[in-house]
Amino acid sequence: MKGEKLIFEKSRKGNRGYSLPPLDVPSQKLADLLPEKSLRKEKAALPEISESEVVRHYVNLSQMNHGVDTGFYPLGSCTMKYNPKINEDVARLQGFAALHPYQKEEMVQGAMRLLKDIEEYLCQIGGMDKTTLQPAAGAHGELTGLMLIRAYHKKNGNPRKTIIIPDSAHGTNPASVTMCGYDVVEIPSDEKGCVDLEALKEVLDEDVAGLMLTNPNTLGLYDENIEEICQLVHGVGALLYYDGANANAIMGYSRPGDMGFDVIHYNLHKTFATPHGGGGPGSGPVGVKEKLVPFLPVPVVEEDGEKLYFNYDLPDSIGKVRSFYGNFGVVVKAYTYIRMMGPDGLKRVSEDAVLNANYLMEKLKMTYDLPYQRRCMHEFVLSGSKQKKDHGITTRDIAKMLLDFNIHPPTVYFPLIVEEALMIEPTETESLETLNEFIQVMEKIAEMAQDDPDRIRESPFNTPVRRLDETKAAREPVLKWQPES
Amino acid sequence: MGKHYLPQTDQTRKRMLEEIGLQSVEELFNCCIPPGVRFQGSLDLPPALSEMEARKHLEGLAGENQSTAELVSFLGGGVADHYIPSAVDHIISRSEFYTAYTPYQPEVSQGTLQNIFEFQSMICLLTGLDVANASMYDGGSALAESAWMAHGSTRQNKIMISRTVHPEYRQVVQTYADAIGLEIVEIPFKDGLTDYDLLEKSADKKTAAVIIQQPNFFGLIENTEKVGQITGNLTKTLFVAALDPISLGLLKPPGEYGCDIAVGEGQPLGNPLSFGGPHLGFFAARDKLLRKMPGRIIGITEDVEGQRGFVMTMQTREQHIRRHRATSNICSNQALNALAAAVYMSLMGREGITEVAEQCLQKTSYLQKGIKEISGFDLAFEGPVFKEFVVKTKKSWDSVEKKMMEQGILPGIDLKRFYNELENHFLVCVTEKRTKEEMDKFLNALEGI
Repeated sequence: MKGEKLIFEKSRKGNRGYSLPPLDVPSQKLADLLPEKSLRKEKAALPEISESEVVRHYVNLSQMNHGVDTGFYPLGSCTMKYNPKINEDVARLQGFAALHPYQKEEMVQGAMRLLKDIEEYLCQIGGMDKTTLQPAAGAHGELTGLMLIRAYHKKNGNPRKTIIIPDSAHGTNPASVTMCGYDVVEIPSDEKGCVDLEALKEVLDEDVAGLMLTNPNTLGLYDENIEEICQLVHGVGALLYYDGANANAIMGYSRPGDMGFDVIHYNLHKTFATPHGGGGPGSGPVGVKEKLVPFLPVPVVEEDGEKLYFNYDLPDSIGKVRSFYGNFGVVVKAYTYIRMMGPDGLKRVSEDAVLNANYLMEKLKMTYDLPYQRRCMHEFVLSGSKQKKDHGITTRDIAKMLLDFNIHPPTVYFPLIVEEALMIEPTETESLETLNEFIQVMEKIAEMAQDDPDRIRESPFNTPVRRLDETKAAREPVLKWQPES
Repeated sequence: MGKHYLPQTDQTRKRMLEEIGLQSVEELFNCCIPPGVRFQGSLDLPPALSEMEARKHLEGLAGENQSTAELVSFLGGGVADHYIPSAVDHIISRSEFYTAYTPYQPEVSQGTLQNIFEFQSMICLLTGLDVANASMYDGGSALAESAWMAHGSTRQNKIMISRTVHPEYRQVVQTYADAIGLEIVEIPFKDGLTDYDLLEKSADKKTAAVIIQQPNFFGLIENTEKVGQITGNLTKTLFVAALDPISLGLLKPPGEYGCDIAVGEGQPLGNPLSFGGPHLGFFAARDKLLRKMPGRIIGITEDVEGQRGFVMTMQTREQHIRRHRATSNICSNQALNALAAAVYMSLMGREGITEVAEQCLQKTSYLQKGIKEISGFDLAFEGPVFKEFVVKTKKSWDSVEKKMMEQGILPGIDLKRFYNELENHFLVCVTEKRTKEEMDKFLNALEGI
């Protein structure tokens, strides 16, 4: 069999991958320390393997992964940029990694200084007044931000009922809305790919608690009516939420706070170069305008002239959205990134991200459909509908073919408003050579769609496994290994 | 200015601009961003540092902290100072793992996917439950999601939670509950344990979930069988337990005492303290709840050649498919921390997880006995504990803490900050890392107060 055996399949009784010092206190009978009925009858059947085999197992697994360090990863809206190595080192310094969250404030002033400072940097970048670092991911930031909106309206006498979301929004947006007890009102995009102002006006009323928007949106387009949108929404007393997933496009060029947004979440694992970890840990700090500060989760870091301290005394706070102070280790990495880039560096990041995307868009629109013919920001969305119509090659097929060229496919079939969507975000950390190679590969695939469509349909060939049967996985769920009984 | 992360030179930029018919980068922004919201000037941030300067600066900040590495820590309360084998960090430092994202393309994500599948399996083995997901943000938010899920699957609004559950977890549950109007009923404690009589009296058909922690926040072993009976008599009500994964090396798996959802903080499994995060929450449940579960779930399948492979499955629960009808909004979770946990569990294995748990237990008992001998100090609650326990003292907590810290000892957590009635009570945590010598030092220092 190709592939890697399950770690359980390598287990051999008597093997071990750990060593512990002998117990140095008098040993008592287990039965004297714990009630019989609370004890496990059988040991948990975790694998029994030597350290050398454990390491080989996971190294082999790692080699079946594609990461940013392995190859191009233009996964739209995920900002798969390079993750600087120094960030990994500094987050592991004992002065950070070995801090317990319940140590006295006097002992952790360096860590608190870092928290306080990055809060201010993020406020500056987003044009907001105050930041909480507690949310653990983007979607967690959304939930937190919506809770703040709810708390604000409730304080003013009526929590209201609905949140407006454009049809191009990330899936987390409507899911967060439901978790916060609001109903979703979806509005269509206009022919330019932006918020349809007439549709917005139609649904705006006193029941609306807020509007959630990504700007630039998931089509990579900056909404030129943003000022009017904000005026309209504020006009009915509702608030504006900014999904910061796409903030890599605008650093130093445009700030959500200046656009009129009241709440924003930042994705430190996108814009601020912390690694995505195969699906986390991320970090989703939330920035707010002054009027929402009283509702922030506790604690907030404050300074009394002598020292920094955690303030838990916020009577109107929504409470806590997780334990302790957030994904601190991730925050250390983002802090280091901001300090190393500086204001000009961050601006240059957005410039190169936008330039790279526009370059790709201009080159690829000759081969693939480009539904929205406008200058894009950090990403753009192509459609594979021409290939589908002419050759029966779907976007899924194109994505799988790319794998054989050691390129991670773009985000596919999203946003939902584009047929056979291919959402491409190159990021600023890719060279002209890499972009040109990608263009060549995409052109080659378009040619193959004509000349050798079956090869595309059967791809990939060179990956650790070939196309997988997802239907089988769902119909006959096998969700864990089990010991033979 | 961090230019070494940016491969475009002024020359390549110029060439690219020419090819797309532009003169300057500014034009890209001019054409899209209305002048009214165009940021003028420069962001007010400190100037860029070179890598050498950044390292020095960060080392300086880290140096302003006193870390548990240079002290003797008896701090617990959800995260604790367990030993992390070297291999763990080496493996999570493989950049094929840490620079990948959510395994949307399974053919090039088998490493991440197989690991999550193995992680799910290990969590099921520890908890004795049927299904586990890929991880949650932390113990507190995992518990909050369990309340949300209990509400979703029972359609009832009342959540009963013991006051012996971690105070911060209760706060997180309350915050999530407030957003959708769930009613939270706190069950008081008696002698440090959940008041089971009161629970029995007040739990009813409207109760979506009963939540307890095992061992509880005070380190005490709860009567989980009793809670299982109470929830078992109410047909719909779910029994949720928050657990210390290390304790499951010795303690009965929750699946065997009627628990429906088991969650917990996974930090003790190979993750550094890191000032409270990033860690991971684990989440396991009975089969019947599978379709209500939050988060990613990985399953086995085959490729076109019949070879075994792994994919994300049951995705119709998730936000990217279901949008506002999803079972949760969770997307990015704590995959790399779950990898660390899986590597830890692989290294420890069947024997190691048991031995670590047993060492925690034995050492805790040693320290408890010592404390009982010291005048002015006593155990606050009788009854078996696992790796934490509460000490009450006639002295003031401030003076105790001060004196202990002078000797480089972090003696525990002041419980007054969470429980008004527990003045001059502190929570002590003993992991396998604490030596007899360190505990004797603790006892001597206490004696000297």
